Amino acid sequence: MTKMTKIPVHLDINGHHHDLQLEPRVTLLDALRDRLGLTGTKKGCDHGQCGACTVHVDGERVLACLTLAAQAEGRTITTIEGLAREGELHPVQAAFLKQDAFQCGYCTPGQIMSAVACIREGHAGSDDEIREYMAGNLCRCGAYPHIVAAVRQAALEVAS
Amino acid sequence: MRDFDYIRPTSIPDAIAAAAEPGSAYLAGGTNLLDLMKGGVTSPERIVDISRLPELNRTERLDDGGLRIGALVRNADLAHDAAFAKDYSAVAEALLSGASAQLRNAATVGGNLLQRTRCSYFYDTASACNKRVSGAGCAALGGENRLHAVLGWSDACIATHPSDFCVPLVALDAVVEIEGTRGRRHVTLEEFHRLPGAAPQRENALEPGDLIVAVRLPAEAASFAANARYLKVRERTSYAFAVVSAAAALVVDDGKIRAARLALGGVAAKPWRARAAEAVLLGADANEATFASAANAALADASPSGDNAFKIELARRIVVRALMSAQAGTPERLPALPASPFSSIPGARHDA
Repeated sequence: MTKMTKIPVHLDINGHHHDLQLEPRVTLLDALRDRLGLTGTKKGCDHGQCGACTVHVDGERVLACLTLAAQAEGRTITTIEGLAREGELHPVQAAFLKQDAFQCGYCTPGQIMSAVACIREGHAGSDDEIREYMAGNLCRCGAYPHIVAAVRQAALEVAS
Repeated sequence: MRDFDYIRPTSIPDAIAAAAEPGSAYLAGGTNLLDLMKGGVTSPERIVDISRLPELNRTERLDDGGLRIGALVRNADLAHDAAFAKDYSAVAEALLSGASAQLRNAATVGGNLLQRTRCSYFYDTASACNKRVSGAGCAALGGENRLHAVLGWSDACIATHPSDFCVPLVALDAVVEIEGTRGRRHVTLEEFHRLPGAAPQRENALEPGDLIVAVRLPAEAASFAANARYLKVRERTSYAFAVVSAAAALVVDDGKIRAARLALGGVAAKPWRARAAEAVLLGADANEATFASAANAALADASPSGDNAFKIELARRIVVRALMSAQAGTPERLPALPASPFSSIPGARHDA
């Protein structure tokens, strides 16, 4: 049986509108990376376990690997490429640099997207709370202490 | 992933009509279904995306004092609803102990009830699994099975139901509201999930096309608000399924237990209501000796399905601890590590 019918999918990503023709099975992650060249969002496990593909849909963090592109139609999507404003790093991006919160960097876009949401949700009140609410983002290099420090720093800056 | 037809109905009757066709599956949050489809564990020909159906994403108080939670209410929204968390704290705590913030932002109430077991042989299409292929056999029997069931299992299947949310829900007499081709009906959550018996592929009371539209909590569920906890042992600090978990809810008056609810997670193919233990608790003195008797009653019928005898003793201890935590009172604020047995240890850090 060969169907492979494509469907029109309209995506609003980082303030830009994209009209795509996609097979229904295409995930938001694959649409971002393979169709739109937005490779900042990483494919780690592709099973919803590592958090490397974290993006914001309507301002909230979700996993792009477990979201069909068709499900995201009409929603406002923000990826790591859309975080900086007019060439200036987002405070969380700056904090990750300042605190040296990565080694290989592969998990970093997902960590940063998750951290931005974590702070916005009000879940960065203590180191324990940061660890718990960042638990869905794994770091194979084990940069966790510096990641916690970066989230803590950025949370203070955003609050001030 | 095998290709499929994707439809997005705009009404509940349209969704039910589409999903009643063979080979169809509902899609809501997708956090479990899409993963199963990627692995070829399930391969629907038609996806019925219900995530934008109106009316299913609301929580409403009922005239009889109960609560009706729409099937599309997301786990995060429910857990962080201050009024909900105050009245049903053990449910909120269970929700927050599950998955990650990203997954809780997508996962829904109805989907949580329908998530599949995390038995690794169920996920591995090269392994025998009666739940995946009826009559194929069970590779978990005699395989890696330390985390498998100790209650209600059969020779056909020893898998566990992975939900945290369902554990306090079944303790609090939650009811599942289902709409199907023949109208609406109510099924208690306790009766909703099935034990494997000889047919582990049949996991719940749903018929083709049936859609969970809401979960109801009766008025009495809120009467436990002051003394209700969920406790969950994981193999890492957070972001893991339960090895064993327990929801305990008490009404204590002058040292006597006036009402008691107890359920276990991670021990069976369904969230396990421990009614024999509740009978031990009712009317007894609220103390550790009573709780230990209740724990023995809760696990009286337990038996290892493999290398998991430790889960029986672990479950007894978690029951005692959950009951003691419930007796101590629902905390003003949930701990930073919800449901963790380690969260009360001052200074405990998983990187220390």
